[in-house]
Amino acid sequence: MANSSDIILSVRQIEKTYHGRRVLENVSFDVRRGEVFVIMGGSGCGKSTMLRIMAGGVPPTSGKVFFNGQDMSAVKGEAREKIRRRFGMSFQSAALLDYLTVEENVSLPIKEHTRLAANIISIMAQTKLNLVGLQGFAKFLPDELSGGMRKRAGLARAIAMDPEIVFYDEPTAGLDPVVCAVVDQLILDLTKKLQITSIVVTHNMESVFRIADRVAMLYQGRLLQVGTAEEIKNTADPVVQQFIRGNIEGPIQMS
Amino acid sequence: MSEQRGFSIFKKSEEIGTLVLSAWRVFTEGAGLFLETLYWIFIGPFKGKSVDFKALFQQMVFMGYESVKIVFFVTFFTGIVLAMQSAHQLSKMGGTIYVASLVTISLCRELGPVLTALVLAGRIGASITAEIGSMKVNEQIEALDTMGINPVRYLVVPKFLALLFMLPILTVLGDASGMLGGYMIGVYNLKINAGLYVQTAFKFLTIKDIYTGLSKSLVFAIIITMVGVYQGLKTNGGAVGVGRATTISVVVSFIMIILADCVMTGIYFFVKM
Repeated sequence: MANSSDIILSVRQIEKTYHGRRVLENVSFDVRRGEVFVIMGGSGCGKSTMLRIMAGGVPPTSGKVFFNGQDMSAVKGEAREKIRRRFGMSFQSAALLDYLTVEENVSLPIKEHTRLAANIISIMAQTKLNLVGLQGFAKFLPDELSGGMRKRAGLARAIAMDPEIVFYDEPTAGLDPVVCAVVDQLILDLTKKLQITSIVVTHNMESVFRIADRVAMLYQGRLLQVGTAEEIKNTADPVVQQFIRGNIEGPIQMS
Repeated sequence: MSEQRGFSIFKKSEEIGTLVLSAWRVFTEGAGLFLETLYWIFIGPFKGKSVDFKALFQQMVFMGYESVKIVFFVTFFTGIVLAMQSAHQLSKMGGTIYVASLVTISLCRELGPVLTALVLAGRIGASITAEIGSMKVNEQIEALDTMGINPVRYLVVPKFLALLFMLPILTVLGDASGMLGGYMIGVYNLKINAGLYVQTAFKFLTIKDIYTGLSKSLVFAIIITMVGVYQGLKTNGGAVGVGRATTISVVVSFIMIILADCVMTGIYFFVKM
């Protein structure tokens, strides 16, 4: 059993209802410091909602999220903003501001939250862009980049403030297999080099087993299983097996 | 039969109830957004978060400078039309000369502020909604929020202040170009002596006519930005949603501008100031 100081984020009995429809039901798990934790599940299983609840963007209907042992729902206002600055988030659509250049996008959080001189901020942004392999693209606008490059630029922005946790919403969705592998490698590298904790939501099975230390499987809003990647791969659970293998036959029914 | 009627009355009252509730929700949310904007304008600077002057300047250029041509065009021709129409009426009473003051006063008090605001609601209100709406559907608003950047402070405040500065200036320009239109008709068509025209134009114009017009334009600026931003932030449903929100934004702005104009004209009319 992991020591409590090893646990960076814990989720306890999370429930979420949207317009009377329950999307998450009694979900509890822990994320350990420095690991790549993957949340997988089919479309509409509530995994993106789970990610947003963990990142503090969406309030749960009931249940609690603890960051370093601190109850997130108990902190409000500026204290909460301070905590959220220790999180980074990479979005499915990259969500770069499209009237700013790549460098301006990456500098934006630094510019807004610090009083550093413009040339220092520029150097910091350049460093992050180097980390994701986008040196030389600083002056490009987001729509001049390919999908994979946009994802990487979004990633550079997510790590701009040196966060403790980075949340990834479908980091490889819509990318070709080679670019997928590049992004996966980047997630692993950043996790190790910057000693951050990565929480990744995905349904790309190849990705899951390439990057995950531990995996949580969500199914119809409930947590089915949490375990190491190896444990999940060899599980006897028919739903997880069907999901991993992508079989049509099995307990998961398409409606 | 009577049972059915009773049911339909019940249903109707339920519909009205839902309508009232949703109208109340829109009102409270809109008021909340307005108060939050004021908070960031007045309290923000004390928290080291004053408005981004570069963004403010860009917005002022886009909203103000780039609207000059269309505002000129619309009000200039309105001035011409106004002069022709009133000349038609006044000539019957032998008072053609009063075309000058009629055009000037109705422009300053009424048509200048309203027409400029309607033009800007079409041009700026729509663009505010489309911009913020597409940022909303592309997760960019959420991204700002996760970076700890308040979207109201970062996106709304520069637009709000820019329009609040630029709309009165454009209104003055609109008043002036409308008067120019009237002058063209008065002097070149009605053959009124140029000096006499100008003299008559300003003879009855009081300072109150100017400031009532400008105070209207301040209210219209608030309406255009707040409706645009509110609809933008409420957008969902992809590209179709952005289109729908933009349409609603312009329609709601138009109606609210006319309503506010009616209310304010009423106040100036009945309350002696």
